[in-house]
Amino acid sequence: MPRVLLFGAFADVAGWREREMEGASTEALVAVLSEHEGLAERLARPGRMTVVNKVVVRGDVAVSTDDEVAFAPPVSGG
Amino acid sequence: MARLEDGAIDPGALLAGFCAGRSDVGAVVSFTGLCRAETDGRAVETLTLDAWRGFTEDGMAALEAEARARFDLIDLLTVHRWGEVRPGQAIVFVAAAAAHRRTAFDAADFLMDQLKTRAPLWKREDGPDGRRWIEPRASDHADAARWKTETDQ
Repeated sequence: MPRVLLFGAFADVAGWREREMEGASTEALVAVLSEHEGLAERLARPGRMTVVNKVVVRGDVAVSTDDEVAFAPPVSGG
Repeated sequence: MARLEDGAIDPGALLAGFCAGRSDVGAVVSFTGLCRAETDGRAVETLTLDAWRGFTEDGMAALEAEARARFDLIDLLTVHRWGEVRPGQAIVFVAAAAAHRRTAFDAADFLMDQLKTRAPLWKREDGPDGRRWIEPRASDHADAARWKTETDQ
């Protein structure tokens, strides 16, 4: 199963940082994550960052069992 | 060089170290971002910065590379806190070294605008009114867009 990482408000709302989850694509994983009501609303906001194996991706990207997939809200450095 | 620090940043020491032993530099401009005790009328007791070690440093280094490609710089330094920061403590320190002042001013300005909107860090404010995750303001995006507009011209 892909390893899913959450950052910022996503991790705060979900109550976890990292876990393995069933899902064949980034959007399939988002659908599973969105079963959590608080997370669904935040995941749907514009500006979400999706990263597969440390590379930022756009759109729905296929993932496999050894992949690391991270989701994060818009960044706020500085 | 870009790095994350989980302990307090000493901007004076960083600046002194950055300036030490240089004879090729005519100008050093530094910026220090501090944690405020109040934002938008809300008291802030703690600012917590979430980061993804490795990925965050790589993202900060990529922004430095953009600054180096854009400006005629001799050196750059970015030091960013992660973890818990208290009001009055430094969140970020940036220094740019160049032969002349205008280049150093512009590079530090550019790098801060990019860090605010593109560095992979996530900020949360905690205070008596609860917790609040921070996202870039419209003004932050407008600041970053200034450089895009200038490039396009």
